[in-house]
Amino acid sequence: MKSEITKITTHISHNEALIFERSQTGRVGYRLPPLDVPEKPINEIIPVEFQREDDLEGVPEVSEVDVIRHFIRMSTWNYSIDLGMYPLGSCTMKYNSRLNERVARIAGFANLHPLAVEEESQGAFQVIYELQESLAEITGLPGISLQPAAGAHGEMTGIMIIRAFIDARDGKEASARRRTMLIPDSAHGTNPASAHLSGFTVKTIRSTPEGLTDLDHLRELCAHGEVAGLMLTNPNTLGLFERNIRAICGIVHEAGGLVYMDGANMNALVGVARPGDMGVDVIHLNLHKTFSTPHGGGGPGCGPCCCTKELEPFLPVPRIVRTRSISDGVNAAGENATEFKLDFDRPESIGRVKAFHGNYGMMLRALAYILTHGYDGLREATEAAVLNARYITHGLVADYEKPFDAPPMHEVVFTDKRQSRKGVHTLDIAKRLIDYGFHPPTIYFPLIVQGAMLIEPTESVGHQELDQFIEAMRSIAREVVEDPELILNAPHTTRIGRLDEAAAARRPVLRWKPKETDTEPLAVASG
Amino acid sequence: MLGQIGLGSAADLFQSIPEDLRLRGRLNTPAALSEIELLATFESMARQNTAARRSSFLGAGAYSHYIPTVVDHILSRSEFFTAYTPYQPEISQGTLQVIFEFQTLVCQMTGMEVANASMYDGSTALAEAVLMAERVTRRSKIISSSAVHPEYLEVVQTYVQHAGIHLQQSLYCTDTGTTLTESLAALDDQTAAVIVQSPNFFGCLEDVASLSDAAHRVGALLIVAITEPISLGLLKSPGACGADIVVAEGQSFGVPLSFGGPYVGLFATREKYARQMPGRLVGEAYDKQGRRGFVLTLATREQHIRREKATSNICTNEGLIALAATVYLETMGRRGLQEVATQCAQKAAYAAKRIGGLEGFSLPFSAPRFNEFVVRAPINARHLLSMLAKDRGITGGLALSRYFKDRPNDFLVCVTETNTRKEIDAFVEALRSITAS
Repeated sequence: MKSEITKITTHISHNEALIFERSQTGRVGYRLPPLDVPEKPINEIIPVEFQREDDLEGVPEVSEVDVIRHFIRMSTWNYSIDLGMYPLGSCTMKYNSRLNERVARIAGFANLHPLAVEEESQGAFQVIYELQESLAEITGLPGISLQPAAGAHGEMTGIMIIRAFIDARDGKEASARRRTMLIPDSAHGTNPASAHLSGFTVKTIRSTPEGLTDLDHLRELCAHGEVAGLMLTNPNTLGLFERNIRAICGIVHEAGGLVYMDGANMNALVGVARPGDMGVDVIHLNLHKTFSTPHGGGGPGCGPCCCTKELEPFLPVPRIVRTRSISDGVNAAGENATEFKLDFDRPESIGRVKAFHGNYGMMLRALAYILTHGYDGLREATEAAVLNARYITHGLVADYEKPFDAPPMHEVVFTDKRQSRKGVHTLDIAKRLIDYGFHPPTIYFPLIVQGAMLIEPTESVGHQELDQFIEAMRSIAREVVEDPELILNAPHTTRIGRLDEAAAARRPVLRWKPKETDTEPLAVASG
Repeated sequence: MLGQIGLGSAADLFQSIPEDLRLRGRLNTPAALSEIELLATFESMARQNTAARRSSFLGAGAYSHYIPTVVDHILSRSEFFTAYTPYQPEISQGTLQVIFEFQTLVCQMTGMEVANASMYDGSTALAEAVLMAERVTRRSKIISSSAVHPEYLEVVQTYVQHAGIHLQQSLYCTDTGTTLTESLAALDDQTAAVIVQSPNFFGCLEDVASLSDAAHRVGALLIVAITEPISLGLLKSPGACGADIVVAEGQSFGVPLSFGGPYVGLFATREKYARQMPGRLVGEAYDKQGRRGFVLTLATREQHIRREKATSNICTNEGLIALAATVYLETMGRRGLQEVATQCAQKAAYAAKRIGGLEGFSLPFSAPRFNEFVVRAPINARHLLSMLAKDRGITGGLALSRYFKDRPNDFLVCVTETNTRKEIDAFVEALRSITAS
């Protein structure tokens, strides 16, 4: 290994087969108490024709220690926030407090059934209510539903609210002519997918050479009269604050449309500026980004939808409302201090978007985050997140192409323009970064920037590790000149090399099968 | 650090935000709490959730099952819970292999050929199944049994309201508690899919094979929804009954009730429909040296590539909860899953027999059942359950009037392996004495 690599060294890494390959007939890893009711012949309870015939063949038989070693060995193959900086742009990989994990596991919440009667779940509803209040203050948007389970789910909810509002305002017939959703070319792919689900046709707005929404193009698209709304990320996915946001909202409102903000980048704004003050009508938040709930290897998330008073009647049902108030706030939570209720009587609601109350465990963690930070801490986290991104920008600008001049907010985009002259591309740089002990940034997104590397350090990285990251990136830039082959074949330190993804997609093997049929790829129809 | 990058103060970081948009003053949110204060605050709120502390016979889509201790230990490994979607396979093989095992286990349990890496929950998985059925068949009518979980049907209605899909409900038989095949009269060559839940919302086992035949005769798909997947340890798999898409709520597999979430949606289908599936998929792949690994695959279905033409808008799914389900299924294993299912069925049968024998009580539905059943009380069920809770400290189930206004005296009882005979006997005795007075 090259001597510049100071952060990591090699270490044992166990091989571990699939659990199905480890299974031994007769092994068990569980113990249940013996059946304590009189046993009936099972055929008298479940008629034979309803019973399984395959005896669960293929389901593993392993002991508890087999299970523990199996998962612990696999766990060591993962990079994680707890191991180090995880600068995935637009994903906000910040530290996940252990205290929040403890809160989510308190028995009075963890063992509570979602259909328990309201009078016996008051504490749980209070958590939802307090979180709604805090998020309303942070966004400047007072109508909140915590039901959506993730960002894309919150987007779908928000866009359906816009559609329901326009249907009610203009009447179905006139509304039917307003079916265009404007989305910048830099947006997340979930935006057009969510708009499509709500029955909208997507029109793409160009970005200017400065990386901001093109106002002239926006005006031109709005002139046609069929615009229902705009979906805008702010700061946008280039890490730039849309400084014309007021004007943008004005143009869309003037044309009879509404403004939806994708809140994926709220970590740049909490305590500093509020979407509601900018003219935004509806936004989703990602509690798993901005409010530190763990990403869990790909979820669970929680995607609250926040909107103006005007849009509130259209939020999903049921709503959680406070019917009387004696005390004030979380600190004063005492017996019977407040009473919270489910309100189903919202005739204009878009309906329910998820069974029960949403990803409640994430709400507990997010409220714990807000309460441990306090109003000062929330703002300081934002400042640190932006400072860290600016520090990285400053450290890398001499070695990597920065396509936009404006100073970034909490994330910054660089490209491989200089390195690609040597035949080294963004993917190669990302893979080489792994050898230096870092998770790579988001790559090839946003799509409008060729060879994009979107770097979001978050506030959870100290000065020293930022310097290590900058040094790693600069060292790679030198290697590109001195030894490009080294980078083209990276990573060199992982237990497995680059995998043939094209072959995997051509002949997909999506599950384990017993040996005899093991080699048969799925007969997946193409197209 | 500010000085190193040529800035004077933290405020300078936000110069690109117009002055008049910057927040003047502080947020009106609570002041910071220490760890001790925070725990006291949440403990205090948790104490008001009196329903969390007592013996319970409440199911209806969320179930109390034994969770082996190892599940939460593995879930709490930093390497799993502080990672994200495995975009870089070389340093995400742990998550990827877990998902591959999860997909395999879902296929084994449901009797299907392919499964995805998870959906948000059972209800949204059902909505996605409906959208997929429309894509596969290019037809727009969906016929659902009305004995499907009412909240699931509400979610489906929300999802399809702008998709040009029409959701119709077919009746259930008030004697058997199961879906009436005759009521599928609306089934025709415009039908994209039939939805049935089994065990259904009333706990009754549906004749899935007959419904499958009826759907297939007109070229429609059969979607089977399952809210209690523990039943799969004992019951014939939907795949063996002819299902085309199977969705399930995975909460019973090692996930705490947690007031309704996070849970995990299971989604499985036939091989031939794999490219029409929503959500992420993990597949086997090899590196240049021939070493086996796993990658996210068939991504051309997904939103980050196809944008508005994607099969779904889903991005973040329920990775960590899928891990919980995987650990649960592997720890319980083949024999444990059979034993849990058997204990649930035996205990529910015992409870049903005793409650059904009480003076004034009856079991209105005759179909075979797994671990849930409807009880008709001699008095208003909501009132009865409230007295049970207040006077006896027992959560007796769900008053069906919450969803079915025409069933004021009916309530849904769920029994699992965690309910002891002593608890069941106390429940029966309490029902008897409350209604006797």
